[in-house]
Amino acid sequence: MAETLQAPITVSFDYTRSTGPVLGAFLGGLRDRVVLGGRTSDGRVVVPPPEFDPATHEQVSELVPVAAEGEVVSWTWVPEPVAAQPLDRPFAWVLVRLDGADSTFLHALDVASADDVETGMRVRVRWADERAGAITDIACFEPSHAPPVEEVAQQPSRNQGAGGEPVTGVVTPVALDYTYAASPEESAFYRALADGRVVGQRCPVCRKVYVPPRGACPVDGVPTTEEVELPDTGTVTTFCIVNVPFLGQRIQPPYVSAYVLLDGADIAFLHLIQGIPADEVRMGLRVRAVWRPREEWSTTIENISHFEPTSEPDADYATIEGHL
Amino acid sequence: MGGQRAAVIGVGQTHHRARREDVSIAGLCREAIDRALADAGVGFDDIDAVVVGKAPDLFEGVMMPELYLAEALGAAGKPLLRVHTAGSVGGSTAIVAASLVQAGVHKRVLTVAFEKQSESNAMWALSVPVPFIMPVHAGAGGYFAPHVRSYIRRSGAPAHVGAIVAAKDRQNALRNPYAHLRNEGTTVESVLESQMLWDPIRYDETCPSSDGACALVIADEDTARAADSPAWIHATAMRSEPTTAAGRDQVNPAAGREAAAALWRDAGITDPLEEIDAAEIYVPFSWFEPMWLENLGFTAPGEGWKLTESGATALDGTLPVNASGGVLSSNPIGASGMLRFAEAALQVRGRAGEHQVDGCRRALGHAYGGGSQFFAMWVVGAEPI
Repeated sequence: MAETLQAPITVSFDYTRSTGPVLGAFLGGLRDRVVLGGRTSDGRVVVPPPEFDPATHEQVSELVPVAAEGEVVSWTWVPEPVAAQPLDRPFAWVLVRLDGADSTFLHALDVASADDVETGMRVRVRWADERAGAITDIACFEPSHAPPVEEVAQQPSRNQGAGGEPVTGVVTPVALDYTYAASPEESAFYRALADGRVVGQRCPVCRKVYVPPRGACPVDGVPTTEEVELPDTGTVTTFCIVNVPFLGQRIQPPYVSAYVLLDGADIAFLHLIQGIPADEVRMGLRVRAVWRPREEWSTTIENISHFEPTSEPDADYATIEGHL
Repeated sequence: MGGQRAAVIGVGQTHHRARREDVSIAGLCREAIDRALADAGVGFDDIDAVVVGKAPDLFEGVMMPELYLAEALGAAGKPLLRVHTAGSVGGSTAIVAASLVQAGVHKRVLTVAFEKQSESNAMWALSVPVPFIMPVHAGAGGYFAPHVRSYIRRSGAPAHVGAIVAAKDRQNALRNPYAHLRNEGTTVESVLESQMLWDPIRYDETCPSSDGACALVIADEDTARAADSPAWIHATAMRSEPTTAAGRDQVNPAAGREAAAALWRDAGITDPLEEIDAAEIYVPFSWFEPMWLENLGFTAPGEGWKLTESGATALDGTLPVNASGGVLSSNPIGASGMLRFAEAALQVRGRAGEHQVDGCRRALGHAYGGGSQFFAMWVVGAEPI
């Protein structure tokens, strides 16, 4: 069997996060070079502060400054950093217990080699030059030779970073890079499209013709292996006129998104209808594929630019009723 | 139905809004949870397990939120489960929680569902272009609009029936202090004059994007008998089907019909239109009211729009549908299904306030999700079955 078709796909979005009062105070503190912990009901100071106490379930209300330096409790070496990690050169992930805190905090330690890291070593925060009230205000940690801090200077504060306004929201860009792999059946369908042909598959049990073909009939659960070449004419079963613009949209609205039932197929697929005013498109409209110029063809349904009306009369409703 | 008796003894929800920038996701959940616990008269220490539901991860960009929410949900040291069934998740989450009590595994289960739509863009999340495929997808409205068109054609419904639903639900929402939209003066005429977005669906016939959460405390019989006005769970049902299959009925999906048939059977109901006093049905686009009335068996196929047009589904009708204002007035997607289940419980407890249906003894809560492929529903009653 030929290899399946693959293509890159990136899914990315700048999500926003409402921080709530507790993490908002923590992030506001970072902007002012203050690290705040939360005192939980067992008396421990936890960094970053949890929003709710794990024992009493109440909102954590006592925020206390801890030192911006502390001790490495455990670590691991990262020989090959990947995108969006704190450092673009080899570094260590360290669990740091900041002086004044009872919990550990995961961050990057900037050292040249794994030989420069050891449990128990002293480290301190390297602050970012420009701070925005985000976790990235801590650029990373770096080795320190100062003795442990016995008393943290600032006074405790309630729900507010010492000397700073709480942050209310942050932007968290998320980007996922995938390699999308079409199934073997879809791959055959797209390869046929690259030759200007439409190829579906028939279920050996229910005899329904699926286009695009599936790995298995969704009703009978058996492989659909019998190839069926289909014409590029069909009938609009139902449709929507999209008038609404939205992020990531690739076709300028208004456009008609229609289910097209190819002649000889038993399932309709979505495509674009053009060559007719949108408000004249109707259920039962007979259409044919309009192919892009042959030199633009590749292994995609987009080889068919759109469907346009034929000059035939509309199909009887009875012929599409069972496909709605 | 097998299993032990279970009842809803606490209901909580947030005030649903377009943006709740004052709270985190955890804080949003806690608003609903704290109200549900107070309503039930129990504390976190009385809870045996927590079941959480939310819409697909891409909607908020939080992978496995149950991990970081554990302490906020009071789940430390207890079983914590997450349920996924797209838009129906709020309903199926409540059913999973109920099943833990009905199975005799736990006595008191806390369940919560949430969504913070303001942190993302569901339209984008539902329309991510896939390689090789024609990029004609246009969010949930673009998905459902062709099927609404099919319904109108198949049933012969007049074009204004969708507007009747929208105007009714927006008026009902004015009686619900938690509802997101408060569009006074919405009428059939004003809905018909609103912009056509996904023809044949108009702007005023679509649900809003909301931030919100809902929580329930579900308890065993002994606990429920000691509680104030429990809502007894008479029956639950869930069914699924493929998103697409040759000959699949997208207007009146088999999974919904089969779930409803099982639900009525297990609840001992032979004539739902006669025996159900109020229904909270998942209607994100107005036309889904008549479509689901048929799918649920309240009417014969093709007749649902007549019930809507007759006024029977209004607050003073014989089968009030979405007295709360429904999904058309508040849509924190992950929570919307649980809100339907919760509002049904409030009705039979006599706790629905200004949108209380007089004398409501038995109510339906309903949710659907995906491409009309997941269905979840329950019947609750003022008395145990």
